Amino acid sequence: MSKHSRRLLSGIGLVCALALTATACGDSDDGGSSQKPVSQDDVRAALKKGGTITVWAWEPTLEKVATDFEKKYPGVKVNLVNAGTNNDQYTALQNAVSAKKGVPDVAQIEYYAMGQYALTKQLTDLTAFGADKLSAKFSPGPWNGVKAGSDGIWALPMDSGPMALFYNKKVFDKYDIEVPATWAEYLDAARELHKADPKAYITADTGDAGLTTSMLWQAGSRPYTVNGTKVKIDFSDRGAKTYTDTWQKLIDEKLLTSVNPWTDEWYKGLGDGTIATLATGAWMPANLASGVKEAAGDWRAAPLPQWTAGGKASAENGGSALALPELGKNEALAYAFVEYANAGDGVGTRLEGGAFPATTAELQSTAFQDTAFPYFGGQKANKIFAESAANVADDWSYLPYQVYANSVFNDTAGKAYVSGTPLAEGLRSWQEASVKYGEEQGFTVEK
Amino acid sequence: MTSPAATAVDRSAPAPSGPSGSAPRLRTSRRRHSSDQPRRSVLLTVLTGLVLLYSLVPLIWLAVSATKTQEGLSRSFGLWFDGDFALWDNIGETFTYDDGVFTRWLLNTLLYVGLGAGGATLLAVLGGYALAKFRFPGRRAVFAVVIGAVAVPGTALAVPTFLMFSEMGLTNTPWAVIIPSLISPFGLYLMWVFATEAIPTELMEAARIDGAGEVRTFFRVALPLLAPGIVTVLLFTMVATWNNYFLPLVMLKDPDWYPLTLGLNSWNAQAATAGGEAVFNLVVTGSLITILPLIAAFLLLQRYWQSGLAAGSVKE
Repeated sequence: MSKHSRRLLSGIGLVCALALTATACGDSDDGGSSQKPVSQDDVRAALKKGGTITVWAWEPTLEKVATDFEKKYPGVKVNLVNAGTNNDQYTALQNAVSAKKGVPDVAQIEYYAMGQYALTKQLTDLTAFGADKLSAKFSPGPWNGVKAGSDGIWALPMDSGPMALFYNKKVFDKYDIEVPATWAEYLDAARELHKADPKAYITADTGDAGLTTSMLWQAGSRPYTVNGTKVKIDFSDRGAKTYTDTWQKLIDEKLLTSVNPWTDEWYKGLGDGTIATLATGAWMPANLASGVKEAAGDWRAAPLPQWTAGGKASAENGGSALALPELGKNEALAYAFVEYANAGDGVGTRLEGGAFPATTAELQSTAFQDTAFPYFGGQKANKIFAESAANVADDWSYLPYQVYANSVFNDTAGKAYVSGTPLAEGLRSWQEASVKYGEEQGFTVEK
Repeated sequence: MTSPAATAVDRSAPAPSGPSGSAPRLRTSRRRHSSDQPRRSVLLTVLTGLVLLYSLVPLIWLAVSATKTQEGLSRSFGLWFDGDFALWDNIGETFTYDDGVFTRWLLNTLLYVGLGAGGATLLAVLGGYALAKFRFPGRRAVFAVVIGAVAVPGTALAVPTFLMFSEMGLTNTPWAVIIPSLISPFGLYLMWVFATEAIPTELMEAARIDGAGEVRTFFRVALPLLAPGIVTVLLFTMVATWNNYFLPLVMLKDPDWYPLTLGLNSWNAQAATAGGEAVFNLVVTGSLITILPLIAAFLLLQRYWQSGLAAGSVKE
């Protein structure tokens, strides 16, 4: 019910955004306009003058950043609002944009959702502020994410999620299982573990759009080709086949636990060794440390298993950026805050708070790479994460309506996890649903 | 308010077998099974027992789980206690976590319930009484509209209401939750039906003949008779407002104005946020604290919750 209405709500926003004729959604020439070039001088003047900006973000480390920013610029007040996590906030943002009231000056947007906002011109292009000069500061995956396959720069990267394999060393040692370096070895490890302990599973995956797209990304599949409003969706390339072949075996042999990720049961499984690994973004350590206290010292990080032995391919999973919604006021001040948080002093503050950076300087600094993680038994895990970040292919693109596409993943591809539909077929029906929606929204979709 | 309360107290005392109390009941014939000695049915007893268990198990789980630490929640059996008893720590932490925002949510909820449910009840009583006891043109139309409104789920109206309120600049303010809560078609309908039955027209006529004005008749004659119905509607709207989730979810963006439902959900969502802190123990304890006022309200208002106060008030 609530899921359905939420989908309905986010649908409404997109319909409004893509409606070519200005009808019930109103036309978009009031509010902020990004036509006038804004320079760094304007930003400096705005900081002197002071004012209030509203920031919608769920990232916990921003609290201290906002306080520091206010200290540094006494005239400025940052009103930091947690308007919900990912989809909840996107819905709220769409509602505010449709209503043209209460749109924040800054909003946190994940990379997978960026295309939707960029295409519908709901964000301010930051090129005018000189954001293009910052391109060298950020690692390739996130920078590619904020460009969203266009000429504009729609946000500044805040954090990133280069993937790694987190594994429960205690469990692996107990059953004398090797840490897998390839996905084939991973499959063997899954079999070995489940045979040794029928209650233990290699990982929890009940069908997660974000994980699937990241796995495809790593396997070299490029299901989405986007060119303005021309979109191509194809889940039948070689990379996709590589992925589905292996994952199908994990599903068929019942090597994946039926526990849903992010539930209390899942946290429990991560704590008691019944869920032994986790392939996810480098932001995970903070969650492990706070949510799985009882397994402190048991877990380690390892490079993401490879599709070809000796390879180094990686992908991003999660991570988000700070953008300026087009209808927000106070653009210059908002940009000043975003730059401070994501490319200035705020980066260090957020690192201390356990966030994972998107800036190359931090990723490559000795201090960062030599950080020992007590939770991982003193392991210097950042070395692995930084390596992974450098190996993310930067030619991946998401759909301009990925938020919707992800919301129907479980009704389509997700069936493969519960009903015996082959995963490849599940991806095909996901493709069909995505194509259908794209056409309804006025995209030219090539199958 | 004194007289119905007084009689209510008398009536809520367990009736001893045999006629007693102030209103002697006429027994026409002695049946083998009276209300004092009901027929026993094993099947029914078992069935009601099962239903009782079904309703109570989640509550027991909640009460037991509130005594556990975050680790204890995952390592122990749900319906039994964990080794370390952390209820007091949990309660303390619930009220202090995140700069004591829980207290703020609690006060917000009380505000929304007080003004929203209280206002909804008042409007339902006034409207129901008028519709039941006065003849005026358009009454049938009102009836049709109310019946129609009962059939529309509040969730369906949330988005249009949001757009309307944002036009007025009221979103993200407490009014956005309170004003829609004032409208309770079901409460109005209930009050209407109840007033039709509970207030004998003769009684109102008697009051008018004695020289009481309409206002006075309403407050001194009708209102006491309506008390059981009012309490029913009040409980009903209270529960609805207390548990309301979707409306504030759409209307409010600022956690400072959240009611408990949204607040607890945002704590719950932390576990699924990159860099967020899982606080399941606080979510569980907070949920327990959240339902206590509702339970208390039911227990306190139960005694007024009976009808038939008007019996015997009219000499025929």
